[in-house]
Amino acid sequence: MSESVLSLTRLYKRFGALQATHDVSLDLQPGEIHALIGPNGAGKSTLIGQIAGSLRPDEGSVHLAGKEITALNVSQRARLGLGRSFQISSLAEPLSVMRNVMIGVQALQGHSFRFWTPVSRDESLQAPAREALERMRLGHRAWTPVSELSHGERRQVEVACALALKPRVLLLDEPMAGLGPEGTAQLTELLEALKQEVPILLIEHDMEAVFRLADRISVLVAGSIIAQGDSATIRRDPHVREAYLGD
Amino acid sequence: MDKLKTGIIAPPGLPAMPARWFDRKGLVQIGLLALLLLAPLAAYLLGHIYYINLASRITVIAMAAVGLNLAIGYGGMVSFGHAAYFGLGGYVAGISAYHAFDFTPFMSWPVAIPGSDSMLVIWLAAILLCGLLALAIGAISLRTTGVYFIMITLAFAQMMYYFANSWPSYGGEDGLPIYLRNTLPLVDTNQPLVFFLICFAGLLLSMAITSRLMKSRFGAALTMARLNDTRLATAGISPYPIRLMAFVISAMITGLAGALYADLNGFISPTMLSWHFSGELMVIVILGGVGRLYGPLAGAILFVMMETLLGGLTEYWKLFLGLMLLCVVLFAKHGVMGWLAGRERNE
Repeated sequence: MSESVLSLTRLYKRFGALQATHDVSLDLQPGEIHALIGPNGAGKSTLIGQIAGSLRPDEGSVHLAGKEITALNVSQRARLGLGRSFQISSLAEPLSVMRNVMIGVQALQGHSFRFWTPVSRDESLQAPAREALERMRLGHRAWTPVSELSHGERRQVEVACALALKPRVLLLDEPMAGLGPEGTAQLTELLEALKQEVPILLIEHDMEAVFRLADRISVLVAGSIIAQGDSATIRRDPHVREAYLGD
Repeated sequence: MDKLKTGIIAPPGLPAMPARWFDRKGLVQIGLLALLLLAPLAAYLLGHIYYINLASRITVIAMAAVGLNLAIGYGGMVSFGHAAYFGLGGYVAGISAYHAFDFTPFMSWPVAIPGSDSMLVIWLAAILLCGLLALAIGAISLRTTGVYFIMITLAFAQMMYYFANSWPSYGGEDGLPIYLRNTLPLVDTNQPLVFFLICFAGLLLSMAITSRLMKSRFGAALTMARLNDTRLATAGISPYPIRLMAFVISAMITGLAGALYADLNGFISPTMLSWHFSGELMVIVILGGVGRLYGPLAGAILFVMMETLLGGLTEYWKLFLGLMLLCVVLFAKHGVMGWLAGRERNE
């Protein structure tokens, strides 16, 4: 457990009468994809909020690379190496793909209070951004406004933005949402190639992708994790079948 | 790859080309500057001093709007209280001149601060004080967003207004005259054309600073804070200090314009601090084109010309201004600059 990159320890979060997170513990090991699945309303978003820093847990702790980050906010966690993508695209639409990715590189370099040098000629910003885009096979779209991209391309840009942070952990919130079979297959392939470098906590609805990609799966139902294991175990688990897979 | 290098296809990975001076946008921009520069020169040759001062008025108000545009247009912070900085800049010029004229100190304890009739000193003081005021107001106001931000900036500016109104030492609601225009080394600021050129230089400088700033890393962060602050925070940059810094710079520019305005009129009064002026600045920014570098200039030309021409014909000129604003908001969202120069391209 000590070597896990990201670990949640006994998280609780309550909204009024609703116990949105109930005693959730999970961890992410180097080189793995850990998938978090669960039906709608299971508390996935609440849990993501607590990992990313937009929500504080009532109890429990979050550690990133051995460091406690429970009290840190979104941008502090990002600076410590937590890269995330959003379920609903959170890109700045009028700007080019490059500009969206470059902001991450800029954050990584930590020099946002520079007022004079134009970014448009700053290779130290552009080269890493281009590299992140190439990894997502979007190099040819670098200077296209995000508003002109297809849905699938936007999902890839989201991941590229997270990659630009050179994160220790990727937190991907339904990256396949709204993608066709082709887009899903492509993204699955890209993520598979990525996991050796950056472990991924994947929140996903697409079961096929999850079973193909995930080394381990945690199933969240009504705020609690009811099962954890590799895909074969999860497929066989009677509670999971009942609660989620619908047989 | 060869095709790319020979330029048959635009190489990927290159940003969109910046505006050239000879394209539509470039011509409109140069045209506006030329108009503003040549009109008072012509007036000077023809001996119409009134028109030189009118051009100075346009220039100074445009500069104040350049400041506000940085907050509203580039930073997405709809400040309804920029009169506070405009007025503070004006009061710095007025109060300093008053003490210099009287040979009385502004303060003798704990540190002795004499008055000064040097514009350089006054500008520096105006910029610093406006920056400090904006730091305090911004630090509180930027914790809110939307309508609350508008209202809280308005409230702070109105506090300044009522304070100036009821502070008798410097004229209270009657205001304070500046008997002798403040001075600059080597030039005679009393010459209307010289004073116009000083204002013009100030306007150019403030626009150059805005332009350069928005191309920098700071500008990239500010743009992202306006468009999508979640993205910015997720990247690891806190939006709050970025916004606050932009707010402070914005106030400094508007404050410097206020100091020039005081010298232009030879008079300061609480009117400079009133919400009417905050509103007028907003109207100018919107008329000209929100977030456009030359928008404040286009807006100020239009506003002051309407005020002068229509105001000469009818007392109700603001009715026409209102109609025009309505048309801009409904039909030409990108303002005069959007209409003249086309939509702004983003890279």
